[in-house]
Amino acid sequence: MADINLTIDGKQVQAKPGMTVLDAAKLAGVYVPTLCFHPDLAPYGACRLCIVEIEKMRGLPTACTTPVTEGMVVKTNTPQIQQFRRGVLELILTEHPHPCLTCWRRERCGPFDVCLRNVDVTHRCVLCPKNGICELQQVVDHIGIEQVEFPYVYREIAIDRENPFFERDYNLCIVCGRCVRVCQEIRGVGAIALTYRGSNALPGTAFGRALLDSDCQYCGACVDACPTGALIERNRKWEGAGERKVLTTCVYCGVGCQLNLTIKNGKIIESVPARENDVNRGQACVKGRFAIADVVHSPERLTKPLIKKNGKFEEASWDEALNLVASKLGSYKKEEVGIVASARCTNEENYVTQKFTRVVFGHNNVDHCARL
Amino acid sequence: MAGLVTSFGSGAMTNSIKEIGDAACILAIGTNTTDTHPVIGLEIKKAVNKGGKLIVANPREIRLTQFADVWLQHKPGSDIALLMGMMKVIIDEGLEDKAFIEARCENLDALKESLKAYDLDFVEKTTGVPRAKIVEAARIYATTKPATLLYTMGITQHTHGTDNVMATANLAMLTGNIGKPSTGVNPLRGQNNVQGACDMGALPNVYTGYQGVADPNNKQKFETAWGAKLNDKPGLTVTEMMNAAHEGKIKAMYIVGENPTLSEADTNHTLEALRKLDFLVVQDIFQTETTREADVILPAVSFAEKDGTFTNTERRVQRVRKAVEAVGEAKPDWWITDEIARLMGAKGFDYKNAEEIMSEINKLTPSYAGITYARLEKGGLQWPCPNTEHPGTPILHTAQFSRGKGRFVPITYRPSAELPDAEYPLVLTTGRSLFQYHTGTMTRKVKGLNDILGEGKVDINPKDAQTLGIANGEMVKITSRRGSVTAKASVTGVTSEGVVFMNFHFAENCANILTNNALDPVAKTPEYKVCAVRIEKKSGELANVAV
Repeated sequence: MADINLTIDGKQVQAKPGMTVLDAAKLAGVYVPTLCFHPDLAPYGACRLCIVEIEKMRGLPTACTTPVTEGMVVKTNTPQIQQFRRGVLELILTEHPHPCLTCWRRERCGPFDVCLRNVDVTHRCVLCPKNGICELQQVVDHIGIEQVEFPYVYREIAIDRENPFFERDYNLCIVCGRCVRVCQEIRGVGAIALTYRGSNALPGTAFGRALLDSDCQYCGACVDACPTGALIERNRKWEGAGERKVLTTCVYCGVGCQLNLTIKNGKIIESVPARENDVNRGQACVKGRFAIADVVHSPERLTKPLIKKNGKFEEASWDEALNLVASKLGSYKKEEVGIVASARCTNEENYVTQKFTRVVFGHNNVDHCARL
Repeated sequence: MAGLVTSFGSGAMTNSIKEIGDAACILAIGTNTTDTHPVIGLEIKKAVNKGGKLIVANPREIRLTQFADVWLQHKPGSDIALLMGMMKVIIDEGLEDKAFIEARCENLDALKESLKAYDLDFVEKTTGVPRAKIVEAARIYATTKPATLLYTMGITQHTHGTDNVMATANLAMLTGNIGKPSTGVNPLRGQNNVQGACDMGALPNVYTGYQGVADPNNKQKFETAWGAKLNDKPGLTVTEMMNAAHEGKIKAMYIVGENPTLSEADTNHTLEALRKLDFLVVQDIFQTETTREADVILPAVSFAEKDGTFTNTERRVQRVRKAVEAVGEAKPDWWITDEIARLMGAKGFDYKNAEEIMSEINKLTPSYAGITYARLEKGGLQWPCPNTEHPGTPILHTAQFSRGKGRFVPITYRPSAELPDAEYPLVLTTGRSLFQYHTGTMTRKVKGLNDILGEGKVDINPKDAQTLGIANGEMVKITSRRGSVTAKASVTGVTSEGVVFMNFHFAENCANILTNNALDPVAKTPEYKVCAVRIEKKSGELANVAV
């Protein structure tokens, strides 16, 4: 099908059929603030932040739910839109701690500084694990809020720490529904839904039961979808953004999910599924998401060669261990030696192991647990 | 794998993961996909959400059955009867893809002849599935295109595993569901790099890229490349090596990163074999039930501390990148093997890094020839990828099968090696959970996972539990001809009457003490999925723990 031509903020854009105005704006390099939008989820249109003006259309449609049509003329940042957006955002902020968001000296404030505005500890951005990597912060900074005119309500909900992998602090929830939707739309699980009505609506399990008693599979998709600090991985809670990310392949099952390992101080602080690939496209399971760092950095890792002497393992140098292995393996008839390679090791390592067997021992007694 | 080689000429997933979500029909047989391959499970759900039909064939009421249009709850070990029954319906009703069969396949008459033995009364009796459901499933699979067929160890881990696989291949060819997007026969591989280990020739009968060791041309090619004299006689599989060790024919073993004590069938037999060895070297990242039997343990680095590649279940080679420094003095497995080879006087083990090994693989392996590290920076590549210009192959057998024509294989139904009897009246089948991995060497170090699932339970149907007087959560003793273990009973309708189920992740409740190491005659896969057991209330004696 032919491309669709439209104009966004005076820029000519060629969009593909089926794209939304928001997709086209991204294509044109025009930033439209969003909170409930998630690229892997169906358009939802709940947060109303992506409202735009479109010529010949009534009202202020949301860019994320409006399909592009030929000849559309879109404006994303008129004074009217700015005013409405600020109003919408202020309403969101009435239920999210925000004194720091509207504070002019936030950049200069450290976690343990005395707060000049007497902001409660529980309300400070600098004491939120998502500080600096929070989508709500980014949107507030873009739109610019100096003061929230409406009365502010702190929900005073106890933080839910009952599951082993992530914490749920619904005082920070902005009810964008991304967690609920990813659990239903992508994971097909539906462990959580929006519970209660109106201003009491919040994500939760059926009858408010613990996640452990729900159908939760602990895939962590909700944590990755959450734009604020409401859902946060426990292990990396206070680690911030990390120093660098390394793209690698998950070590568990045969799917081969692509994972981004976040590194800080030489340690893995989290493993987050990568989106840009044809394999897992932003998803993983409980093992790839939450069971990487604990394994790699386990205190039980083997760190030195061990040789059994009188029934007990004793630490040895590499030289001693390797020489012992080489001389012992060489002391048998070749057909008396069997080699087991590993479905857990890399291709390169398996190649070397089978070459070792065939070259050194002149037989083919090499196998791995392919059948097990 | 051997089964698909007979039918198609090459054994691997014929299609790609992302195609599954676009399938109009999915037949998932012998795979608990949402637990064992969770992200592929998402693709199945996606297909169902788009209106695709899902047929689940599984003795247990796994999570996927909630999404299924038809659930065939067949008895463990009756897959051949089920699949051949479906084929009989397809042939009898003329639903086969005649044009495809004519153009692409051979030996249909022999298959038709063998189908005569699968009268639906026999199939119904053998599988325990009502005939109406078998007919419904056959019609859906044959008429809803494209249809893809997924299977895992529920198909292969039987003494007739190869026959099972060839039956799935027959079914796919009969309906023309091969060589097109969202079709195919797709074995979902269990470990992260089981596909790669096979591709790399870590098998007793092939060099890299499935180049047979018995073929004199291959022998000569590798002798020239490696500068060594090679052997054209296929070697022993792991299970056969364990038997040889037991008989004293193998005296020393070098195990690189596996835990056969827990993963082999019949744990007691494996332990005896390892203890009979004169010398055992084990290379691993943790102490395991196997390293404890070793004379020397060599510390290896984990996947996050080294460079390399894994090949996933859809034949996609992807990079593993070093993210953090090695712990202690641990070294990459390739480095350790290299050092041992050099100390033993071998030539050609002077690799400087993993990339250098890959370039040697490129030279010697036609299907990997175009898969270089430079190209992998842009994302994974699916073999066959014969040169550096080739984009990789998402779908196999598009124009013709690797062996030329797809071959229909007549199959005779054989019951499992060990069937329930008066002494051992229940069938035990084993499998994985989402929350642990394989022998638990890694995942059992993760507190959160242990909090969710920290012990092996035995699933037992409420009716059987009532007969035996067992309550939910009660400790029971499970005994087979090979040994006994204790575990908590989980009384659940997930498993059908007469069938009990255990995970094999736990050394304390080691399911593989019970399993039967009777082998498939071709693939040499042990029969993990069916063995006969009895269950009793625990009489107060000490738990019979593996290690």
